[in-house]
Amino acid sequence: MSKIHVTTTVNGDSVEFLADPRETLLDCLRDHLDLTGTKEGCGTGDCGACSVTLDGTLVCSCLVLGIEAEGREIGTIEGLAQGHELHPLQRKFIEHAALQCGFCTPGFLVAAKALLDKNPNPTETEVRYWLAGNLCRCTGYDKIVRAVMDAAEEMRKEAV
Amino acid sequence: MRYHAAKTFEEAASIAAKADGVTRFLAGGTDVLVQLRAGLVTPDDLIDLKHIDGVQDITRLDDGGWEIGVAVAGARLGAHEALCADWPGVVEGMELVGSTQVQGRATLTGNLCNGSPAADGVPGLVAAGAVAKIVGPDGMREIPIEEIPAGPGKTTLAKGELIAAVRLPARGAGGGDAYQRFIPRTEMDIAVAGCAINLRVEGDTITEARVAIGAVAPTIRLVPEAAELLVGSTLDAATADALAAAVSAAANPITDKRGTSEFRTEVVGVLARRVAQTAYDRAKGDRS
Ligand SMILES: Cc1cc2nc3c(=O)[nH]c(=O)nc-3n(C[C@H](O)[C@H](O)[C@H](O)COP(=O)(O)OP(=O)(O)OC[C@H]3O[C@@H](n4cnc5c(N)ncnc54)[C@H](O)[C@@H]3O)c2cc1C
Ligand code: FES
Ligand code: FES
Repeated sequence: MSKIHVTTTVNGDSVEFLADPRETLLDCLRDHLDLTGTKEGCGTGDCGACSVTLDGTLVCSCLVLGIEAEGREIGTIEGLAQGHELHPLQRKFIEHAALQCGFCTPGFLVAAKALLDKNPNPTETEVRYWLAGNLCRCTGYDKIVRAVMDAAEEMRKEAV
Repeated sequence: MRYHAAKTFEEAASIAAKADGVTRFLAGGTDVLVQLRAGLVTPDDLIDLKHIDGVQDITRLDDGGWEIGVAVAGARLGAHEALCADWPGVVEGMELVGSTQVQGRATLTGNLCNGSPAADGVPGLVAAGAVAKIVGPDGMREIPIEEIPAGPGKTTLAKGELIAAVRLPARGAGGGDAYQRFIPRTEMDIAVAGCAINLRVEGDTITEARVAIGAVAPTIRLVPEAAELLVGSTLDAATADALAAAVSAAANPITDKRGTSEFRTEVVGVLARRVAQTAYDRAKGDRS
């Protein structure tokens, strides 16, 4: 099977890789670009562990082909922190103990950031619906929702 | 698997017409990739439609209708205020599809062409009287949406044919539509039963109606005998009862882990009653 050369932007950096046309963007991020923060929970769009942004839109990278990334802009969990400085969402997840095994966490963080970029002041209901495509087997969700609400509040204060 | 980034619908149609193996079109990929990953369908030719001009557009037509491009994702329909004002039932059906992540990719046309009897985006289109613009080896034709589903996973599209756009008619005065489904929880599940109703009122009286049901038969279907009951009425209690009974009578569901045939038959009638009320209220100017 001939591989296809893909040039794309990940977290602001231009990158290239060779992809089998059947490979998902998730496979390409993890196996060709060594960006293993994005996780595979189900591979079928149900769990959200593989969440990334594609030209700013939140998607499941397991439901995007690697070759579809040509010329697009991808955002992954690796782009959240600024160097050693954690993103407020990351800090609040730690503060609120919003993770146990941590497998779902990159997906929740990328999804929550996409929400706050769009809506800096979401209600709890809006947070819960927005994150309905992210599954967590450990935390029971409450701490995650509280961490997101708290991070949103802090980010609103910083913005003024 | 050969991947083709078609630049025109004619090119996509011609690749599909010449292909001799399994062919799939790639819109949002939320069905295609799941089937690929599960090993259910590995296309020999996969034809990506997202590089064709205009496929991301939502366009108001000169006659007041709408044309929706085949790559427009659900979230973009929901964000389009004028379209939501005209066809809230069509949009709310598509917005029920999957999670935020799925909404970033999934399209109305993909929902239709995947051929699921439970597709949430389709009953609203059928009730609205939408048509599909089809491109194929013999040129272009337009057919009503309800003529496309042919059974679970099947459509009436011929080899080499694909949908180039979905068209909604002009809303016009006094119109309202709505869609509801029943699922055992509030998010991320497949419809057990669904119903969409589109109607028009003059004063308090319904003058036109279309009723479509989903997940209770091998295909999504129109129920003209239920729509006839609405026309001429003010949606009084007796009409609502008759509507529910007619819709339940039109259902021919299977029993599976999501619900028994009896349950689905009953519930689709209940949904029809509720959906009719919402469509009626919207037609009379209630924007919620
Ligand atoms: C987690 C998850 C949850 C979901 N929840 C729901 C739900 O609640 N309700 C629901 O109805 N569905 C649901 N789905 C199914 C799916 O998301 C929808 O059916 C979606 O609308 C498909 O659109 P798409 O653009 O992704 O289609 P694709 O996967 O790109 O294509 C689907 C099919 O349509 C064909 N096709 C696409 N475009 C054309 C065209 N222009 N002409 C001819 N054929 C074409 C393809 O060949 C393919 O067979 C869910 C899926 C996932 C992964
Ligand atoms: S791995 Fe993509 S949604 Fe689960
Ligand atoms: S912390 Fe373990 S799955 Fe969420």
